[in-house]
Amino acid sequence: MRSRVSSLPFFRGISPDTLFQIFLGSIAVLSVLVLAALLLRELIVGAMPALSAYGVEFLFSAEWNPVLSEFGALPFIYGTIVSSLLALLIGVPLSLGIAVFLTEIAPAKVRAVLSPVIELLAAIPSVIIGLWGIFVLAPFVREHIAPLLMEHLGFLPLFRGPAYGYSVLTAGIVLAIMITPIISSVSREALLAVPRLQKEGALALGATRFEAVTGVVLPYARGAIFGAVMLGLGRAIGETMAVTMVIGNSPQLFTSLLHPGYTMAAVIANEFTEATDDIYLAALIEIGLVLFAISMVVNIIARAITWRYLRVQGGS
Amino acid sequence: MQARKLKDRLFTAFCIGSTLLALIPLGSMLYTIFVKGFSVISIDFLTKLPAPAGEPGGGFGNAIQGSFIVVGIASLIGIPLGIAAGMYLAEFPGSRVSRVVSFTADVLTGVPSIITGIFAYLVVVLKFGGFSALAGGVALATMMIPFIVRTTEEAMKLVPRELREASLALGAPRWRTTLEVVLSTARFGIITGVLLTIARIAGETAPLLFTAFSNRFWFDGVMQPVATLPVMIYTYAISPFEDWHAQAWGGALVLVAMILALNIGVKLAAGRRW
Repeated sequence: MRSRVSSLPFFRGISPDTLFQIFLGSIAVLSVLVLAALLLRELIVGAMPALSAYGVEFLFSAEWNPVLSEFGALPFIYGTIVSSLLALLIGVPLSLGIAVFLTEIAPAKVRAVLSPVIELLAAIPSVIIGLWGIFVLAPFVREHIAPLLMEHLGFLPLFRGPAYGYSVLTAGIVLAIMITPIISSVSREALLAVPRLQKEGALALGATRFEAVTGVVLPYARGAIFGAVMLGLGRAIGETMAVTMVIGNSPQLFTSLLHPGYTMAAVIANEFTEATDDIYLAALIEIGLVLFAISMVVNIIARAITWRYLRVQGGS
Repeated sequence: MQARKLKDRLFTAFCIGSTLLALIPLGSMLYTIFVKGFSVISIDFLTKLPAPAGEPGGGFGNAIQGSFIVVGIASLIGIPLGIAAGMYLAEFPGSRVSRVVSFTADVLTGVPSIITGIFAYLVVVLKFGGFSALAGGVALATMMIPFIVRTTEEAMKLVPRELREASLALGAPRWRTTLEVVLSTARFGIITGVLLTIARIAGETAPLLFTAFSNRFWFDGVMQPVATLPVMIYTYAISPFEDWHAQAWGGALVLVAMILALNIGVKLAAGRRW
């Protein structure tokens, strides 16, 4: 490097170390910052026809009729929010239970076997979870879970029939399954980061494990656990295939979780290749832009929190 | 006193129950994939082109080939860029650029995969006039880069400071220290990160739907649409044909076997020696 690059007239007088730093630095800036900026720019430019044609109305209109060029994103935004919150409602208690079990209760051997097994769930591709969702979970929801809910909670509009297998509830369950590994593994790190003395102090004072965990450990780790939940939420919002395959893909403002819905990611996956005219394509890209914006906000909050409380490794 | 004990028991039961409950879907998935997948897998299934709808037989051969090609293209773009960028973050930390890049990379790992598909559609498919293996590769590379940046950064930051200082004290310039001492010490960690990232993107479907698209025939050049395992599984799963459903499970078994083998292999190796 010294002999070749530095001897070129253009680089003469610049030390190889400086060249090295500039070289790596430009790749870092190009492949991360420029990429992020380009991503945003392309989405905005691509969505422009829809942005200027429909304005803010796009976000609040529930009409989605490509044939008449009526495009409103509300059913998709609504479906994304409801299915993601449902996923958190199911997934967060479950994940915290797992995290507490693996850090406080399980013997070392059980822990060594179970924690990689639960993380295996995160490695299964979304399309395969969707396949399982279509042929195993959806029928199970239609025949067992939904009738049970209707029988006991049917007086609530939330659980009004008729029960469909392909429903918001099924999508919520699928999403809960998908976000549990990440929430539980980051929460586990949060629990492990609690100083032992805190918990031992509580136990020494005669607290039961329940009291020590809920009174001392969880409050101490609460910030990082919130970050873990936000990471899970970010994943649920952007999840595409598994949801597309089980939510029923019907753009309506559903009131019952047993009915089909639609999400932002799902409508893009389903209709992008069918979007023949420009305004239709732009409308789908604008949905992509909204999805991108929402998931970036959630992710930035999640990362800011987890960076503050724990150094969570990339990709976890 | 009794009430406190009872609460404690219930809590313990809840924690154990949650763990068991989380294992049920995983067990059910793996069981169904293996049982339904094994009944369709054969040499023909792995090597033949798909049969026309309504005809029996045929296989996922082209999709398996296509997946390797698209993931290969993504790796060619994503791995060198990701490693170089990660190297910068680890070796020149503290600067404002480093912190911003590192945080942005972290946030980018959360970009919904369908968005990288739209991105590759806009910058490759529209500009080059059609669905292509290259567009699929770009979409996957966009997903891949932030992961590799972060794992490389973490792996290189684990290299002890003293090693760098020893090399510098011997008079080696910074760039040689980075390339010959730090990089080679961290190489197992970097390789682990790269392989896990490949395992992660190999199963991605959403970014390929309208970039690599699909094809009923063998790979025909990087500028042509190409079949991939995840997209083919999806197409077959939502089709109305019974025998296509059966074949979707066969494809799922192939995909899951490859991804889990890569994952478990890497983790075992990492646990043992890296």
